[in-house]
Amino acid sequence: MTYYLLRRLNLLIFTLLVLCLASFYLAFLFPGDELTNLSGVRFSTESERLQSFEYYQFDQGAFLQFIRYLELLWQGEWGISFASNEPLLQEISTFLPASIELSAYALILSLLIGIPLGFIAGLNHNKLTDYTIFSVSLLGYSVPVFWLALLFIIVFALQLGWFPISGRLSLLYDIPHQTGFIILDILRSDLADKGEAIKDAMLHMLLPTLSISIVTSTIILRITRRSVIEVMSQEYIKAAYTRGLNHSQVIFRHGIRNAILPIMPQLALQFTTLLTNAMIVETIFSWPGIGNWLIQAIYQGDYPAIRAGMLAVAGLVVIFTVSIDIMHKLIDPKRLNRQRVKI
Amino acid sequence: MTRLVLDTLVKYFALVAVWFLAGCLEHSNANLRKSGIVYCSEGSPSTFNPQLDTSGTTVDASSHQLYDRLLEFDPQTSKIVPGLASSWKVSRDGLIYTFQLRKQVSFHTTPYHEPSRFFNANDVMFSINRWRDKNHPFHNISDAEYPYFFSLGLDSLIKDVVRINGYRVEIHLSKPDSSFLANLATDFAIILSEEYAENLLAQNTPQRLDEEPIGTGPFKFVKYQKDRHIRYARHEGYWQEKDVVQQLVYDITPSSSLRLAKLMTGECDVISLPAHSELDIIRERNNLVLDEKPGLNVGYWAFNTSKAPFDNPEVRRALAMAIDKTTILEAVYFGSAIKATGLIPPSSWAYQADLRDASYNPLMARELLEKNNIGSDFEMDIWAMPVERTYNPNALMMAELIQGYLEQVGITVNIVSFEWSNFRRRLQGGAHDSVLIGWSADNGDPDNFYRPLLSCAAIESGTNRAKWCNPLYDEVINEALTYDDVETRAALYQTANAIVADQMPLVPIAHAYRYQAFRNDVTNLDINPFGGIRFGGVKKLQ
Repeated sequence: MTYYLLRRLNLLIFTLLVLCLASFYLAFLFPGDELTNLSGVRFSTESERLQSFEYYQFDQGAFLQFIRYLELLWQGEWGISFASNEPLLQEISTFLPASIELSAYALILSLLIGIPLGFIAGLNHNKLTDYTIFSVSLLGYSVPVFWLALLFIIVFALQLGWFPISGRLSLLYDIPHQTGFIILDILRSDLADKGEAIKDAMLHMLLPTLSISIVTSTIILRITRRSVIEVMSQEYIKAAYTRGLNHSQVIFRHGIRNAILPIMPQLALQFTTLLTNAMIVETIFSWPGIGNWLIQAIYQGDYPAIRAGMLAVAGLVVIFTVSIDIMHKLIDPKRLNRQRVKI
Repeated sequence: MTRLVLDTLVKYFALVAVWFLAGCLEHSNANLRKSGIVYCSEGSPSTFNPQLDTSGTTVDASSHQLYDRLLEFDPQTSKIVPGLASSWKVSRDGLIYTFQLRKQVSFHTTPYHEPSRFFNANDVMFSINRWRDKNHPFHNISDAEYPYFFSLGLDSLIKDVVRINGYRVEIHLSKPDSSFLANLATDFAIILSEEYAENLLAQNTPQRLDEEPIGTGPFKFVKYQKDRHIRYARHEGYWQEKDVVQQLVYDITPSSSLRLAKLMTGECDVISLPAHSELDIIRERNNLVLDEKPGLNVGYWAFNTSKAPFDNPEVRRALAMAIDKTTILEAVYFGSAIKATGLIPPSSWAYQADLRDASYNPLMARELLEKNNIGSDFEMDIWAMPVERTYNPNALMMAELIQGYLEQVGITVNIVSFEWSNFRRRLQGGAHDSVLIGWSADNGDPDNFYRPLLSCAAIESGTNRAKWCNPLYDEVINEALTYDDVETRAALYQTANAIVADQMPLVPIAHAYRYQAFRNDVTNLDINPFGGIRFGGVKKLQ
């Protein structure tokens, strides 16, 4: 077990190192001065540049430069943005939570839709219900996210006028930024009518959440269905029937638990897919998340921001994946070498 | 048994759905919607001080929201009305203007400045001297250039600003200028707080004067996030008895279709610059209002009179007669403009309703051309500006139409266009035969059309695209400035109109409408014919 943990942590650290190296190298690949791309400072005088030169240890060899870069990253000095002149770490910490929030709600929604439908399909394997659900899921799986988002906007916002299309809260609410998670921030603010604000935030959230959760729902549906089919064909299920348990007893006592547990990490890992899709949808709904921020950075040629944003998103995904893996092993150490269920 | 499981699942699904819909379909944020106005603007202002920048975006975000002027234009009648000056007097020789200032006018109280006194003469002196006096401690702060005042030569026109007492100020001019009051009422002639400026100077952060503004206007500044939004709050002690909403938010939305979409969903109450092609969508919706008003602008076709054969008035008139303005108006402006017969649009007091237009007459045009030895082998260039402007939303299309008309009288037209800054530079160089361009006025005074467009001095400063210099015309418009009464001036401007109509250095084509789109629960929002939007007095129906 310890050996396993060490191996995982080793993988984590190594991957992060590679990411840092890539982001460091990006500064040299981007047009312009690499020192400016690293620090985000546009030098007006030679002495300023020289100061930075020494600060980033550019007088040393490439390896030492990289070590210094890691050191600065660790200290939270990620450079500053060209566009806003704010420290990048601070910028990212205001925008990343919005994306995480969107992905988290979408994950919850996808689980609520995907797992039950997957069960229905799996339990009715090779019947009409199964075929119907499976074909509909194929449709949902193949719809491009941004197209779906635009469709939702046209129907539900512009024609029916039910939902707003931009941002995550009406601008008339001035909620101070604390955690970056809008619902939490509303609850912690000194607003008189928090209920109203939360309702408004929910309205803003629904269309973006729905547009990214459709695809993930279908993925979850397929994973669940596969797992249910597999479990229901096991010997112990047959044994349960022979013991005289009825259908629902078999499903609730043996089916659900055994079907869900092995696919738990896979379900959680959908979060990373969601984060990617969220970044696309953010630009359509003007959601103030990291995807929108990165697109702006690309438009404005804000190289330090692109570098830092890429590092932050990739780092988050890697850390998340590895921790889910470790957590799963801690909860269920026996399944060390069990083969994964396929979708 | 399967049915039981299915049943449970169906119930569970229904529950999830109901939970979601319940949270979403209740539209009840009524109080909040009434307490504030969201304006979707087209871009980020470059500063919060309109003295420093003439761009519409900056003016919209600052001029009428944060500040007041000594004098104001009435948006309905375009007349000059009292602002921070409650009354004024002009000396007999037209050289000394005395202003009596309003008492008990308070400046904004914000977390970054707490005023200890009311507005007084020191603030007026400070606001004018800042741009006028090159040695003023604030003159060079924020790399300021004061484009409006300098392009009109106001820095040399004003000889001195004298404080008579706390509430009386005299402005001494170097020569009489009857457009002076109009210039004091423009969006740019705002009044800043001298006390705030002194405090900032003491703290050694003078540039904050233009970044964290303090004024006397209906709203005070709260927060600005570049490319995202600007927040304003009601100025509780505002001197004018106007309804001012609690909150004003500018949602910076550069895409015009996104602004329209937000207006449709109610995320914006008012939007800036609706696109001409989208106007019908707004008209079709019952809950949206499209307000239109003739703007103070003119789109025209100017001939380079320094080049043969365009130095011949008869050739110019022939060309003017060869085009049909009515069709051009339909095709280029979608009918959202009125035909121009002179320089001045109908909303100005100097408008001459009975001014005759060069009528569309290709036969006569051909005759005139032949008389002046312009044969069918004649070729000319029309320069069409590459950008969209209110006064001409599509110059290239207009050029193509004119090309068609001139072909009928046997003239071959080449259409020329460059990237905008390059275009203006070459135009200034005088390489063009003729050009399609226009002018938007900054104040209500007709001199703002006559002088920059056709005076001899304007050839040098680059706004006289016809390169036309007529001493008689200059004499008339200079004389007009020496009179105060509107009738005498209007009569002189009619003489100027006659000279222009006779000489035809340019063909006025259209005065385009200005548009404003908002939701139908917004009231009291007037289109300001010259300059920035005003939210003081605008409110939402309960």
